[in-house]
Amino acid sequence: MKAVVEVMGTVVSIDVRTPDVDAAAIETAFETLREADRRFSLYREDSEVSRVVRGEVHADGFSPDLREVLDIGARFERASGGVFSLHPKGPLDTNGVVKGWAVDRAGRVLQASGAADFCINAGGDVLARGSADEGSSEPSGWNVGVRSPWHPERMLAVLGVRDAAVATSGGYERGDHIVNGVSGLAASALASATVVADDLTTADVLATAVFAWGPEGVDWAASAYRCSVLAVLPDGELLTAGRLPLATGS
Amino acid sequence: MRPKKWRGTVLFAGVLATMALTVGMRWYAEPASTATSAVGGTSSTGAADADATTSTPTGASAAPSASSTPTPTTKASATKAPAATTKTVNGATEQTPYGPIQVAVTFSGTRIVKVAELQAPSGGRSDEINSQAAPLLAREVLASQSARIDTVSGATYTSEGYTQSVQSAIDNR
Repeated sequence: MKAVVEVMGTVVSIDVRTPDVDAAAIETAFETLREADRRFSLYREDSEVSRVVRGEVHADGFSPDLREVLDIGARFERASGGVFSLHPKGPLDTNGVVKGWAVDRAGRVLQASGAADFCINAGGDVLARGSADEGSSEPSGWNVGVRSPWHPERMLAVLGVRDAAVATSGGYERGDHIVNGVSGLAASALASATVVADDLTTADVLATAVFAWGPEGVDWAASAYRCSVLAVLPDGELLTAGRLPLATGS
Repeated sequence: MRPKKWRGTVLFAGVLATMALTVGMRWYAEPASTATSAVGGTSSTGAADADATTSTPTGASAAPSASSTPTPTTKASATKAPAATTKTVNGATEQTPYGPIQVAVTFSGTRIVKVAELQAPSGGRSDEINSQAAPLLAREVLASQSARIDTVSGATYTSEGYTQSVQSAIDNR
């Protein structure tokens, strides 16, 4: 069962392969994402984060969700020496954490409804659980293509994952929007950075951090976290670190 | 970042046959010893991209096309002079929560895949693994391009970007 909605400024696809899962479960998962958007979006004047930025809410009044997201952001900011930051341009911007975090939560909603085999693709960031096969006796994982920074229809590599998350950061879809929190400059040392980790919170943040950092970030991520990295230099050279779960070609 | 002209690239060509793989080793606290081996096993040339058969949402399949099989030529050298300079990077062993990690492996000649291999903390065969990891990985990356695709990871698209994506073709099939 598949469903696609626009939320969080992008398009999110949910593909559930477990038979007999209620469509309402998918809708509840989408609602989890909408709820996160309502709380964290800077494009909504009435969101909690917008109110925090305007100084209308102070730390002791933060919601548990906001505190959780800020804690995650602070942890990765410390670990990356400030390259990853929730304040890259000054005011608070929780986008670097919220998407992965919200999708992980949506995934738990699906699992709680009995869906063991599903894939959530949130604008190019992927949470895969269980198997992609419907009723196969030899279930395989999900094959995640990593697209070329230059050609949407071409794949740099295909990753075969079970119970893993794959996130990619790059500037080719929305321009120079990722800033290195230390230098204050827009990231430009890599064409894209893809991280495979157990959960999408980690994968998404690390992909952003590696992209902001550049080639040194590739090694940093794989040494500091349980993950693997596939990065592309502007001239097309690939860098990898960790054990990339490459799919077997047909 | 502005999309740069794809240079046809991440090719491994016949140049590879002459390429020396140098692995800097600093394992077991030994002074850096260097293992060099010729890598002639990769005969195919491959662009880092594999063509999908479609880029349109109405396309029949998002699976990569077998017809994009890299052609065995030396077109890499057409755009990049195969200066046979050997770039050597000694791997630094760092202590991490997962044990010591050695960042190593560099190539000469044409550009391929540089590997920072995560070593198992107990890894006693690190030299053998490292001396083979990069060319093997390069082959595996290319081989993976012909695998089935269930979903696509990429930089976050807008709604407009989505309509141009392979993911939208997958969602519509």
